[in-house]
Amino acid sequence: MTDETSLNLFQQQEANRRRTFWLVVGFVVFFAWLGFGGDYLYYLYTLQAPRQAYHHTFPWFGIALSLVALALAWYAYQTGPEKVLWSTGAEEVTDPEDPKEKQLVNVVEEMAIAAGVPRPRIWIVDDPDPNAFATGTDPLHSHIAVTRGLLDLCSRDELQGVIAHELGHVKNLDVRLMTTLAALVGAVALMHDGATRVIRPGGGGGSGDERKPSPLLLVLAVVWLISWLLAPIVAQLLALGVSRKREYLADAMSAQFTRNPLALASALQKIEGADAPTTHIKRGAAHLCIADPLGRRLTDHEGVFADALATHPPMAKRIAILRGMGYAQLKKEGGALS
Amino acid sequence: MGSMILLILLVVLVGWLIGAYNGLVSLKNQTLNAFKQIDVQLKRRHDLIPNLVNAVKGAMDFERSTLEAVIQARNQAVKVNAAGPDAIKQISQAENTLSSALQRLMVVVEQYPQLKATGNISQLQEELTSTENRIAFARQLYNDTATQYNTKQQQFPTNLVAGIAKAQPADLWEIEDQAERAVPQVDLSTKPKA
Repeated sequence: MTDETSLNLFQQQEANRRRTFWLVVGFVVFFAWLGFGGDYLYYLYTLQAPRQAYHHTFPWFGIALSLVALALAWYAYQTGPEKVLWSTGAEEVTDPEDPKEKQLVNVVEEMAIAAGVPRPRIWIVDDPDPNAFATGTDPLHSHIAVTRGLLDLCSRDELQGVIAHELGHVKNLDVRLMTTLAALVGAVALMHDGATRVIRPGGGGGSGDERKPSPLLLVLAVVWLISWLLAPIVAQLLALGVSRKREYLADAMSAQFTRNPLALASALQKIEGADAPTTHIKRGAAHLCIADPLGRRLTDHEGVFADALATHPPMAKRIAILRGMGYAQLKKEGGALS
Repeated sequence: MGSMILLILLVVLVGWLIGAYNGLVSLKNQTLNAFKQIDVQLKRRHDLIPNLVNAVKGAMDFERSTLEAVIQARNQAVKVNAAGPDAIKQISQAENTLSSALQRLMVVVEQYPQLKATGNISQLQEELTSTENRIAFARQLYNDTATQYNTKQQQFPTNLVAGIAKAQPADLWEIEDQAERAVPQVDLSTKPKA
């Protein structure tokens, strides 16, 4: 390990800690703004009301929503890994029976030694398409999941490369940011759906009659509107958070752990060759995977547009970089022999 | 004003001293920990070999010498006391002998398809491959960490603190020859080529 890679690792860990922190802060602040904004609107609305009627002076909504957001964020951070694994239908390998599972457990243990981290818990997704992902909050609480298709397709060395790539994500704390992001996006989606369901039955009319809408409906309308506005912001956050650079970095860390970049290159090629989307892995967990499970065309392109919207770098470029590393290593070893 | 600047400089200096000292101590402990990890994996290998030998003994009467070499190298390696100034050299020598003996045995096993056909052997083969990999990766981590530690001690200005932190250059785990290096590369996968 050169000083440069260790510095890189340290910076990446710091950046991931910081980004996770600001992600959670942003999430809570957003809900606080929603709540206090609603309070303010309601306050203005009740200002003209008769003396005996209700005057909204205490910001109940703001406090309640902030607390809900805090609880949600805490819940998302704590149970994020479970939720991600649950959403893919992964099953934990506790007592490996067949040789493939035994080999997977062995490979994960080997790579944990190489990376100098505790052994993560191991999961298998029953999907024929080859893919893998890591989740967790830190190296002490981490999980690695692979699909059945990956086990069937890859040789031992290739599997090693893939697992090392995932452990790279674990070690530089990418998993913390990615998992929190997935869990928060899930929470927002849930609230969004809930808000939509509340609004729909009431908001049938909407013609310009004289009757003022009830204040509750008004507030809900605001929440609903902003929830809708929120969607693209969340998408943007997601895209920013999963800057495609981290895949290149994890590839480099895999090469550092296995000293065998060519194996990962050939694994990536095999994964790329099996073009079918990984049906068990939904949009919410897509950014966690080694290869884009949705099989989006956008992934194949470079440029500003793709950088902003795709979660994974082009496979061809990753393979080319790994091959470059591999050949440089072979050349060095050949030189040492002669 | 002058004393203020002096004070700030002093604080910065002390802060750096603490940081450099703690950095060295942390690296030292990481190095020690990485060394312990090699030990754990070597023990694992020593425990595995009797099983392996028992599994192949019956079918390999005519390859007695290869088997004997493994047993002998294993017993030798177990005996090496992991203490003293050149402990690493002694251990690595014994373990390297064991590695090459094991490698020869695996090559021999490969030549007997009826031996490979029994499920027990292929299971043991996987275990052995994994054990060899674990040792190799533990050594790799140890060497990487030790190199980082040694570099830190020698580099200016951390080398000024090295004495206070009682930092000693750590021995690297030498890998004897190119053939030895290739051990983890052995592909024993039983999968059909896709």
